[in-house]
Amino acid sequence: MAEINLVEAVDLALAFEMARDDAVVVLGEDIGANGGVFRATAGLQQRFGAGRVLDTPLAEAAIVGTAIGMAAMGLKPVAEIQFSGFLYPALDHLINHAARLRNRTRGRLACPLVLRTPCGGGIHAPEHHSESPEAILAHTPGLRVVMPSSPARAYGLLLAAIRDPDPVMFLEPTRLYRLFRQDVTDDGEALPLDVCFTLRGGTDLTLVSWGAMLHETQAAADVLAAEGVAAEVIDVATLKPLDMATILDSVARTGRCVIVHEAARTAGLGAEIAANLADEGLYSLLAPVQRVTGYDTVMPLSRLEYEYLPSVERIVAAARKTLEAS
Amino acid sequence: MHRPAAALFRLRSSVRRTETEIAMTTVVRFQIDHIRFLDPQGEPLGPLPDFAHDPAQLVPLYRAMYLTRTFDAKAIALQRTGKLGTFASALGQEAIGVGVASAMRTEDALFPSYREHAAQLVRGVRIDESLRYWGGDERGSDFAEARHDFPNCVPIATQVCHAAGAAYAFRLRGEPRVAVSFLGDGASSKGDFYEGLNFAAVWQAPLVVVVSNNQWAISVPRSAQTAAATLAQKAIAAGVEGVQVDGNDIVAVHHVARQALAKARAGGGPTLIEALSYRLGDHTTADDAARYRDPAVVQEQWSFEPLTRLRNYLVKLGAWGPDKEEALAHDCAETVNAGVEAYLATPPPTTAAMFEHLFATLPAALVAQRDEALRFAPSRAGAQRGGDHG
Repeated sequence: MAEINLVEAVDLALAFEMARDDAVVVLGEDIGANGGVFRATAGLQQRFGAGRVLDTPLAEAAIVGTAIGMAAMGLKPVAEIQFSGFLYPALDHLINHAARLRNRTRGRLACPLVLRTPCGGGIHAPEHHSESPEAILAHTPGLRVVMPSSPARAYGLLLAAIRDPDPVMFLEPTRLYRLFRQDVTDDGEALPLDVCFTLRGGTDLTLVSWGAMLHETQAAADVLAAEGVAAEVIDVATLKPLDMATILDSVARTGRCVIVHEAARTAGLGAEIAANLADEGLYSLLAPVQRVTGYDTVMPLSRLEYEYLPSVERIVAAARKTLEAS
Repeated sequence: MHRPAAALFRLRSSVRRTETEIAMTTVVRFQIDHIRFLDPQGEPLGPLPDFAHDPAQLVPLYRAMYLTRTFDAKAIALQRTGKLGTFASALGQEAIGVGVASAMRTEDALFPSYREHAAQLVRGVRIDESLRYWGGDERGSDFAEARHDFPNCVPIATQVCHAAGAAYAFRLRGEPRVAVSFLGDGASSKGDFYEGLNFAAVWQAPLVVVVSNNQWAISVPRSAQTAAATLAQKAIAAGVEGVQVDGNDIVAVHHVARQALAKARAGGGPTLIEALSYRLGDHTTADDAARYRDPAVVQEQWSFEPLTRLRNYLVKLGAWGPDKEEALAHDCAETVNAGVEAYLATPPPTTAAMFEHLFATLPAALVAQRDEALRFAPSRAGAQRGGDHG
């Protein structure tokens, strides 16, 4: 067991699976000799060779497009888009092809690819480097969308994503890459996809979040705990398909729910979760569901990014509002 | 081989040579060859490749083109009578798909656009499968043969990237297989075309890209698509060999395809083939080309079409005549009609089919949606059956 950060956990999972399965190849910009701009693929090309760890030309559509061809012909490509703001040229391939190749051919061809990309703000990055595109992806039938919130979950969920027979969009919060370290055993044990992880038990309200915002969400739970309020904290982890059962079960016990996400509010995943709570959990609710999200603004450049990102104070305020409702 | 240069280029530095300036050097020169063996009347223009002297190799090509044209006409008739959805005809372009696909091996993989049933029929895609696809049923892309071939690609040029990736997989595993992708002249304007070609070139992957240049992207003529003299020269920027071929001369198409496939299989990397042809029909059954092009021009183009050309040549070889033509017409009609019958007899897809192949295993979150769809499904024949092949 070793204390590692999230970006090292990604690297570790890739190395484990490349050693275990010859079909796994890694491709993207600067991922080979340089080991990735965030070092998520450090050492892989030296260990597994340039044939399996490919520095591609600089063209996002073709990175995903060629990964689709590889996947359909029996490889298990793990492609990297350097920043999620550069993902958009590849959406044609993701939405029109990766997500529907199995369906279009009635299972004759499959597309077991993983597309990794750093996402989110908070690291004072340049323009277009701090996007949160998960709702665009989650709206796409046939795509799995996963976002880890810790080194251990990055390791276990990435292994699960690579082993999954269908395309998985793996969003890695850049803010968490080096924020904290955690003991991770490099035992090749995958974590389950399609389920939420309850990080902390509580009886008074449910805080639902994913990715980097769990850092603020946990801090908000600490503040509330100091006030005698026991908040349950759920890491959604797989954003599509959504494990509403875990969230509904929690809200059935707490009666109150605050959803926290970094992406813009309108048509965000918070709206989907809130709508599901209204559909199936309305009679458990003691207070209106609250959303604490990024604003419906363009993600600001670094000077204002922490005013855009939901703060501990905003989460605590929303929690208090639900607690005061009845 | 008749091989005039279709385009001749020389890259220059942007500074022109003057009396006092001697810094300019030419760093690369290239030319694009145009390849044609038979003239529009089927007369050899010079020495022919060996296979072109062998009726046993040529007659199957003629039969495949004839079958394609028979199928095409029937598909349009089915659409006009409400028995098929929108259909994209390959009328006039039969030699490209047949000439290339007949040079492929079974284990190679085809990445077609949506207008390449000529190639697909040669690859073993069945007529009833193709009709199912155009009739609005995903089962049409579950080919009983050609299991590794991609289905029709509607988003323009994206299939070139998929083919490049497949070609890389073949190369990595050391398999002697080639990925072959078809696109149209309009598609050569898209980034995906260049990106896929460029990736394959960097990887020296076994890829053959065929531009079926039928001169029209719906209503936009080739002249409005690019200022480039040829589409074949678009390969040059990617470091790929580009060649232009008379796409209505199946001897030339087949010859060039054989060479490109052999080169790719031997590790020689990708080739771009621009095959010049003409779209004799509408873009699709939803289009009326008379709105934007002169029917007289289309009529002129009929004198270049590929079936007559090969038939004339076969007659000259003494390998073809009216009896064989009549028998072939009869055979093709029977084959197509049998395919149509199989298509029309196909039970409709079940409601559950929408959910069955979305993922390898239906996620729990989707079970309730599937059950809702089943609950509200119209009570039509087969709609409630379990399997999707009912």
